[in-house]
Amino acid sequence: MGCLCNQQEISEEEKYKQLKEFIAENREKKGYLIPVLHMAQVIFGYLPDEVQAFVARGMNISTSQVKGVVTFYSYFKTSPAGRHHITVCLGTACYVRGSKKILDALEDKLGIKVGETTPDRRFSMGVQRCLGACGLAPVIMIDEDVHGRMTAKKLDKILDQYK
Amino acid sequence: MNDKSITQVLVSIDSNTVLSGARQIKTKLITELSRQGISEEVRVIETGSIGPTNQGVVLGVFPGGELYANLTEEEIAEFVQERFVKGRTYQKRLLAEKLPEEMMLQEYDSRKTQYYGRIVLDNCGRINPEDIEEYIGVGGYEALGSALQEKTPEEIINIIQASGLRGRGGAGFPTGLKWSFTFKEKKYPKYVVCNADEGEPGTFKDRLIMEGDPHKIIEAMVIAGYAVEAEQGFIYIRGEYKLSIERLQKAIQQAREMNLLGENIFGTDFNFDIQIKIGAGSYVCGEETALLNSIEGYRGEPRLKPPYPAQYGLLQQPTLINNVETLANIPAIILNGPDWFRNFGTENMPGTKVYTVLGHVNRPGLIEVPIGITLREVIYDYAGGISSGEFKMAQIGGTAGDILSAEQLDVPLDIQSLQALGHNLGSGALLIMNDSISVAELLTSCMKFFAHESCGKCSVCRIGTEYLYTACNRLRKGEGYADELENMRDIATTMKLTAFCPLGQSVAQPVFSALKYFKNELSKSIKQNKKSFSPTREKNSKVIYYS
Repeated sequence: MGCLCNQQEISEEEKYKQLKEFIAENREKKGYLIPVLHMAQVIFGYLPDEVQAFVARGMNISTSQVKGVVTFYSYFKTSPAGRHHITVCLGTACYVRGSKKILDALEDKLGIKVGETTPDRRFSMGVQRCLGACGLAPVIMIDEDVHGRMTAKKLDKILDQYK
Repeated sequence: MNDKSITQVLVSIDSNTVLSGARQIKTKLITELSRQGISEEVRVIETGSIGPTNQGVVLGVFPGGELYANLTEEEIAEFVQERFVKGRTYQKRLLAEKLPEEMMLQEYDSRKTQYYGRIVLDNCGRINPEDIEEYIGVGGYEALGSALQEKTPEEIINIIQASGLRGRGGAGFPTGLKWSFTFKEKKYPKYVVCNADEGEPGTFKDRLIMEGDPHKIIEAMVIAGYAVEAEQGFIYIRGEYKLSIERLQKAIQQAREMNLLGENIFGTDFNFDIQIKIGAGSYVCGEETALLNSIEGYRGEPRLKPPYPAQYGLLQQPTLINNVETLANIPAIILNGPDWFRNFGTENMPGTKVYTVLGHVNRPGLIEVPIGITLREVIYDYAGGISSGEFKMAQIGGTAGDILSAEQLDVPLDIQSLQALGHNLGSGALLIMNDSISVAELLTSCMKFFAHESCGKCSVCRIGTEYLYTACNRLRKGEGYADELENMRDIATTMKLTAFCPLGQSVAQPVFSALKYFKNELSKSIKQNKKSFSPTREKNSKVIYYS
């Protein structure tokens, strides 16, 4: 599953074609719904109803089964995210080291709450219950980068890196 | 590699140090050394975690075992000049601790015990995890060879049973017994699954094992496959663990090239291959039957047990599921025998345990110690003491773990001693807290986690976690009902007795232990005049308490 994020903006039609090919390659294998959804999210950025229905038709399973899986796992998103996604770790180790304060500061600065996207689509924000980087607590993750030992003061400088 | 006159620099490259720029430091180090013309004499070795996790980029230098931390890229030139050209220690970044001399790579002698008290992590921070030759150089795949060529599956299972190894994922089920159950089923194909869906907050031991020594997991899985007569293995791993996935993939590829995976391994007629399955973010998928559902592409909801995975597991076939750390013990046990393994730990639970020590301590990080040492020893001997304030409490085993007070500091950390007090050892996270955190605050954070992660299959857990969260939140604000603590106890009891899977049942642990040791503090958060409506207890006095 390669990352397609550097790819030029492609048409919807082209996106569906890519997904169709991936499904065709893997349809016969058992338990391939989750990898297909991973791929669909790479291609579309999120999983709207139409894409879920497309996957269901392509894999010859019911839409409700696809929807059930999509809503179960926190990795799958059903609404478009911002260009950069911020994840604040609220695991216990980060929590006792003050991650709640960082979340409050972020909400303040960006004017959005958890699960929302800024009006200019620059940032969206979510929380996680442990990123497994507890040695650097408290941590936040922006896109693929983890920023450790966070303080509210450091935020401005870090957010500036993401346009 | 076995020339002792050569100086070695170990660069720890793991998920924590990479973020502090370890890769850049390594490149810079190599350029600097060749600029000084000493790249022949000084060998740079990329390894997994060396130990300290909150100290930026960590380097170890042998001989001597000096540890350097928090190095920046700009300092590398000066560091190389001082340490390797002039031969003096670089005082500015030197740590007080030293690495044990045995960690230096040297010719491997399988008859000599090369383990310096570490079984699981013996290679982490010592070899390059991306190079199969180094793993073989320290005795890797030797256990597999001896298992396949000299032992029958029954003999291997007997060895594991005799060693007394217990599962390290949290429940502590005897591993040998699990293997023998899967072996007894004569329904093919069978599967071996490695549970690397480490989602327990505060636990990241499996991550560092996979990053530091991926081949060990592969070797152990092939041995397990041979012992239970399976031909296909799966590693179910969290999507967030990018570096682990990358290294495991590389390791699988290398093992295939050397025919340590694939067909006719070691010239026998045994075939085995491993596939990686990436999770999509769900705590409950760490529960074994939920994990199986997730591999099959369904919602990760737990299945009813029995039948156990040993009878009806993946795709309804017999399946063996083991945690990463459990598997990491296997090669050493096969190689050295069960009696050697019993030298470590306690009678009831032999071996070592990897802990992640976190919170208000001076040196948070990863340690591997014999099972049975006390919390006090962990905090003061290994983690450098409390960083500020007074020790107040510790939560052992992750969010579903028990909360212990200062009185339990001297209880040995093994299953038997803890179970005598009604506690569990759990997954290996030790969260140490000082008096700046209130018990209600900690409980609220735990319950919020469970309310979010409850899969919703059974109403007891779905509603119970939500209720406990709101109750704890009231306590946190000092607005508890007069009978809040009794209510919480009722709900937790119900969950422990009737929840569908171990996740729901384990929610009761932190509640019970907090009520047991911190009742006074929690009672202070109660507004005496308010009472909640509780039909159960008022109409029926026969509520059975269970803890």
